[in-house]
Order: sequence, then C-alpha cells, then structure tokens
Amino acid sequence: MSQLPLRAQLASALGRTAATLSRATGRGDGSVIGGRVGLLLEPDLLRKLAHEKKLALVSATNGKTTTTRLIASALQELGEVATNAFGANMPAGHVSALSSNKAAPYGVLEVDEKYLPEVLSTTEAGVVTLMNLSRDQMDRAAEIWLLAQKWRRALAGKPAHVIANCDDPLVTWGASTAARVTWVAGGQRWHEDSWCCPECGGPLDRAEGIVNADWACRECTFSRPEPNWILDGEDAVDPRGDRWRLNLQLPGTANRSNAVIALATAAAFGLEPQRALPRLREVKSVAGRYTTVERDGRVMKLLLAKNPAGWLEAFDVTRPDRPIVLSVNAQGPDGRDTSWLWDVDYRILTGRHVYVTGERRLDLALRLDVAGVGFTLVDTFGQAVTALPPGDIDVIANYTAFQSIRTEFGRAV
Amino acid sequence: MQSSLRIVWIYPDLLSTYGDQGNVLVLEQRARRRGIPVEVVHVRSSDPVPEQGDIYLIGGGEDRPQILGAERLRRDGGLHRAIQRGASLLAVCAGYQIMGSVFGGEEGQPVPGIGLLDISSGRGERRSVGELAAEVDPSLGLPTLTGFENHMGVTRLGPGVTPLSRTLVGTGNGDGTEGCFAGKIIGTYLHGPALARNPALADLLLRWAAGPLPAIDDSWYERLRNERLGAVLKP
Repeated sequence: MSQLPLRAQLASALGRTAATLSRATGRGDGSVIGGRVGLLLEPDLLRKLAHEKKLALVSATNGKTTTTRLIASALQELGEVATNAFGANMPAGHVSALSSNKAAPYGVLEVDEKYLPEVLSTTEAGVVTLMNLSRDQMDRAAEIWLLAQKWRRALAGKPAHVIANCDDPLVTWGASTAARVTWVAGGQRWHEDSWCCPECGGPLDRAEGIVNADWACRECTFSRPEPNWILDGEDAVDPRGDRWRLNLQLPGTANRSNAVIALATAAAFGLEPQRALPRLREVKSVAGRYTTVERDGRVMKLLLAKNPAGWLEAFDVTRPDRPIVLSVNAQGPDGRDTSWLWDVDYRILTGRHVYVTGERRLDLALRLDVAGVGFTLVDTFGQAVTALPPGDIDVIANYTAFQSIRTEFGRAV
Repeated sequence: MQSSLRIVWIYPDLLSTYGDQGNVLVLEQRARRRGIPVEVVHVRSSDPVPEQGDIYLIGGGEDRPQILGAERLRRDGGLHRAIQRGASLLAVCAGYQIMGSVFGGEEGQPVPGIGLLDISSGRGERRSVGELAAEVDPSLGLPTLTGFENHMGVTRLGPGVTPLSRTLVGTGNGDGTEGCFAGKIIGTYLHGPALARNPALADLLLRWAAGPLPAIDDSWYERLRNERLGAVLKP
C-alpha cells in the first residue's frame, strides 16, 4: 500500500495514463509526457516518490544511460529497482520512472548534468555517481567548468556518498566537496578539456596512456586522490585488491569503465562484486545502443556518439576491416552547432570504406576532406545500406540521426 | 617568410572549446595543397608564445579560461612582439574579446584585455546562439561571411578598427556589424571552424603571410557554403 498522499497518488496515476497514451499513439516511449503531467499536478511529487526509496543518481557527459542501466541491473540482486531506462533524465522523467514502480525499494536515476543540483536537493539521494565531463552541445548545454562548480556547491554539506571517476580532473574537482567519496580510477580517453587545473588554472601534469595514471597541478596542491577501485585492462580491482575479470557483453573500454563505476556504486549499497558482476554481464544493449540490426544480409552495428569524447569511444568499438556509415544531424537534441566535428580526429578512418549521410552530411564531408579521409556521400542512410555488399557494417550516428535509424529498423532494445 | 609557413595556435588547453582546431586544419590544408610547406605550433598556456610565427590563431572558451588566457598573454608579451614584426592573427569569440581593452568576466565585471585591437566588450542581456551571415567590408573583396555564433558579448568598435562585416542574420558585435580588422589582425564571433565555412578568409590570411596564391579545388567548401547560406538567407 502506497504511503503517498492522495493528491500525489492521483498525480502519479494521471501521469501514467498520459504515458500509456503517448506509447499507444506512437508519439514516444511515454517517459517524459507522463512525468510532466504528474509534475503539473503535484510539484512536490518527485520529493515524495524519492523519499520512499534508496536512491542513486547517475550523471556525466557520456555513459549516463548505460551506467544507469548497469547499476539498476546490479541492484536487482537486492530487490526491485525503479529506473529511467530510456534516458529521460530531467525531473519529469524521474517522476515518471519512480511512479511507474512505486513498490520498488531501490531507485537508479540518470540525471542530466545541469539538473543534478536540483534533483539531489529534491530527492536527497543517498548515492551520487559521477563519471566524466567534456564539451557537449555547447549551443544549449552549460559550460563544463561552471557545471563542475555547481556540483561542488550542491554536494557540499550533503550526506550523500559520492562515487566519482578520479581520472577525470574536472569530475574530481566537482566531487571533492562531498562528505564521503569513493574514488574510481575509471580512465579518461578524452583529455582536451582537462589540461588546466580546475582549482587554480595552472597546468596539470599527467602521466599519459598508463593505467591508473597520476595527475597533479604544477602550481597548487590539487592532485589526483588515491583510488579505491581501479579499472586495469579487462579487470576491475576492488578496494581489497581482489581482481574481477569483467567479461561484459557490452563492447569497448568506455563500457569497462562504466562497469567498474557500477560495481563501486553497487558496493555503496552493500552489494559485493561476486553478486553484482553476473548481472552486469547480462546487459547487452542499452536503449538501442550497441544493438545489431539486419536487412538483406547487411548486419549493422549501431553506435551512438553525441560529442567528441563519445566519437573516440565509438571508434574504439568499431572494426577497421568493416565499412562504416556516419550520420550527423543538427536538430535541437543534437545541438544546432556542428563545430564539434572539428574536435574529432577522423584520421583513424583513413583507408576504411566510409559512407557519409545525415542532414548535415556536407559539414562532415568537408571535415573528412580536410582530414584526408576518403568517403562516399549519400543522401539517405538507406542508400548507404543498399550500396554496400552483404556483411557486417559499423554505424555511428549522433542523437536524432541515431533515432531515425532506430525508427526505420524497429525499436529493438 | 621563412622556409615553411609557421601557424601558431595559442592556448588550445584554455581556448579551444568550439572546434577551434578547425581553423588550424583548414589553413594547413589550403597551404599544403598549394605546395607551401607548413609547420603548426601548439602553444600551451604554460609556455611562451614564440615570436617567429606567420599566422597566429586564438579561439573561444569559457569565462574563467578567457580571463586566465588574457592574463598569460599580457605577462608573456610574445604575441605583441609577433604582431609588431608583421605577423597576422585570427582571433575568435573569447579570443576576439581578449584582443580589446576590456571584456566582461563571469559576473560581468570588467577584465582588462591585451589591447591589440581598438575594441571594448561587455556582457549583453541575452545569449546570441545561431547561424550568422554577413556582408564583408568591400575593401577586403571577400564573399558573404557564414558561420555559427554562441556568445553573450557586446563589442564596441573604436576608430582604430574597421568592421569586418555587416550582419544579414545574427548578432555579431551587437550593433549591426560582425567582427573587425586592423592591419593584419582579424577578430570575429564566428566559431572555430569559421575558415571551413569561409575559405576566402583563410586565403586572405595565407596571402598576407605568403603572397599570391594559385586557385585550388573548393568544391566541398562551396557545397557547404551554399547549403548554409541557403538555409539562412531564404529569398
């Protein structure tokens, strides 16, 4: 029997009805509209729904949806988990997620970076997981130094247990005002936003390319904290020094990093790696990311990459011997500014069979031309698929380009 | 000019938020395609700015890195000496504002610039985000400027500079003009890959450094320009 007051119960029930209608009419997965209806009727709804649960908030520039899914899968070992599995990561999505499973004792919420202070203050979540910060959709997102500053203010004086990636200097700075932090050496591939000390602006000296690599400011005392958990190649090393071979189905270094952070988060809920890890290994696709779809003998591996750091991670998962289709749009959710294409080093694609499509294919075409990468320009994704012989194909697309490919090939999750 | 063209990218560790590397790559490509050997120098903010460059580039960034960048350039003095030697400079967004006498800090407070351009900047009421198109000052002989702006700056031009362009779409300096130039210094609010959208502007910088240039195949540049200008300048 729910402990929610009657008004909150009504708000939450009406929200669920709107969500069902949204799905039934094919307008979306319902996770945002349901929450919006709920929030309109009861602004305090999120606080009330959260109050009944043991809650983790998950935020970062990249890997939020996947890490949320990994943590939620692990915590199912302890009991039912309410979660915003479709990446609706603002308060309306949180209301929708928590009201769809009110009986669940646990909640894992992906939170947009900007909304973290507000959502933490509303939900009083006991655990906050922070992975990385890098440039992303600058025409609408907050500047990341400012964002880390807001995290610092939000975490200061709160009892929340923070799990943070100490290989990202900006995340470390953002997390270091928290009362309790478990530091995870989760690695950092993209260094272009952390050459300077977030504390004083001085140069950061970093040991490059080495696992568990140290960094420190040359001019002040800000330096990398001692990690409690370490990602070492294929293994997670826990605070006792025990090694756990990850053996995930999800591909790539970025997902191994997400997994060790998920293991550390699970441990904050009292769940040991021997119970959490088998759950992580069951996850093979997250909201269509890493899904393989097939048409006429073409087997397409779909990768979502929304910003320069995300493209680096996606390249890591592709195979040099396969043809690759790149699709770029610049609608609202993608960011209307395509400047970021110039921050991605595409030279890694040299010699591959590259197809370029999407609404902003000419921006990408010029980018590849300047990088000296050969390519074929096509008007639609379907043309690229038809032009290629049967076999395996890698596909990297940004947000709305990815969604339109998923819509065409079915919403396999 | 020395044996190879030296392109100096100033402070990519502080000011390269908006694809600013694009301007470096475009200049490099367009010089190499004409057989001009190129040396690209990335200067971190902890290192001195070399005086012997031909073309200097400085990009956009957040408020705090902008303030740090201005302080370090002033202390270093290398860029001033290079400009006195006759080098050219393209300064973008936060880097553009730094070249003036003053710009707005995190809370809008005035922060001193480095005084290479006769401009002063402050914070406007709202952020200008979107596509920009502008007609370039006829003395430069360049086609319509196209690009993307994202800033809260308002820049007043003094008598020592000439507006780079008059805006058709977008905000630019905030008074109907966009960017400015003086001697071989160009400032603009257009983001890092501005030269990708305006290859003639890239060639102007190259000509200032290396003299007359043969034509090259611009088809990918032209297709992108036509699409972008078509999207914002509907008849």
